[in-house]
Amino acid sequence: MIAASHLRKSYGSTAVLEDVSFELTAGQCLALLGPNGAGKTTILRILATLLRPTSGTLALAGVDALKEPEAARALIGVVAHGSYIYEDLSALENLRFWTVMAGGDASPERLRAALRQVELDGVADERARTFSAGMKRRLGPGPRRPQPRPAPLPRRALHGIGPAGPEMAQRVRPRLQGLRGAVVIATHSFATGLGAADRVAILAGGRILADQPCADLPWEAIRGLYESLIDADEAMPREAMS
Amino acid sequence: MTRYARRAGIVLWKDLLTERRSKESLNALLFFSLLLLFLFEFALGPDRERLRAALPGLLWLGFVLAGLLGLGKSFMIERDNDCWEGLRLTPGDKSAIYVGKLLGNFLTMAVVEVFVLALFGLFYDVDLRPVLAPLAVVLLLGTVGLAAVGTLFAAMTAQVRARELLFPVLLLPAQVPLLLAAVSATQSLLLGRPLAEVGHWLQLLAVADLVYVVVGLLTFEFILDA
Repeated sequence: MIAASHLRKSYGSTAVLEDVSFELTAGQCLALLGPNGAGKTTILRILATLLRPTSGTLALAGVDALKEPEAARALIGVVAHGSYIYEDLSALENLRFWTVMAGGDASPERLRAALRQVELDGVADERARTFSAGMKRRLGPGPRRPQPRPAPLPRRALHGIGPAGPEMAQRVRPRLQGLRGAVVIATHSFATGLGAADRVAILAGGRILADQPCADLPWEAIRGLYESLIDADEAMPREAMS
Repeated sequence: MTRYARRAGIVLWKDLLTERRSKESLNALLFFSLLLLFLFEFALGPDRERLRAALPGLLWLGFVLAGLLGLGKSFMIERDNDCWEGLRLTPGDKSAIYVGKLLGNFLTMAVVEVFVLALFGLFYDVDLRPVLAPLAVVLLLGTVGLAAVGTLFAAMTAQVRARELLFPVLLLPAQVPLLLAAVSATQSLLLGRPLAEVGHWLQLLAVADLVYVVVGLLTFEFILDA
């Protein structure tokens, strides 16, 4: 489903990602865990076709995402830091805009039903300018957005979706398992993020230090593994890593 | 094709609706145009004949300066909340976004031009009614070109730190052929010459429009992804 092989990204002589490889099959959810500057966002941006790696290969559902980014974009959904919301449009108008842009069915009934899923139907006609950050997050690209066809990948990660986030993460988890797609999330939160993930990749200095199943592991065990790996990485001389 | 038109249409709808609600560009442009009229009047003095001789140049200078302000802001809305990134991620032909933006910019510029033209006639005591139809053809062709190249350069510089400087520096040289043709055609029309006599200028405008629109359609995807 997602096959990343030897991904490397550098800016001049500074490497921000080094030899990152992983594979995800349909229905799997991978959590990227690491301190600031570990390369989580860079991996997500490469997977989203927003950033080209310096070298390596990436296949999304069999599509070479580096050679055919447009074809790959039709298969993926991304939730990044930005909410992709126009402040002077209402919730319904924002949803209509992005649905039409994605080639979906923008009938008012479907849009209102989609807003009901994220509990924004009560403010459907209010301008997004008046919304809280969490409400804007929920209004951003998500699974409630009507799809032009059955989506092979979910349209919503579980990151930063406001005070209702943890509860929503648990609600979305059964959906992830039933999907024909795979999910990659970047998180700092052991409890919330990993609750939806069945694999965890621990990153530091642009490298994956560990990649292992975590569905049956208590989060305290993952935290222990994380801290031991990060401590060991910080103690390692930089030249030994290159 | 239908999907392409829907996507271009929704970009136009979004831009016009946002502008109608925020009134950020139009209000500023109308006041700016009014200010320009006063400045021209002060600079050229009370001599009506002198003002009339300079009218075509002043008219297009007003359009270009107002256009610079309006076009420069047209992609600023996409910077908020990372909407630019959202547009990059939408599947499909990105030139539909260019078409929607171009139409929005064209309509905004057209409203400002009608306003400026009416005030010019009023301020400088020029009866524009006899030449209104042929002048509309020149304005239409000139504005399409200005909007086409302006939309492209606005997109190109939207993510650049020194965009306020770069945008006019890049745009103004590219507008030279358009301005040359538009000012010359306007001058001839205001002197009472028929539209047929400015045919060569209209041809130049049409060719420049075609070139700018085609270049915009072909390159917008790369600009968006850059």
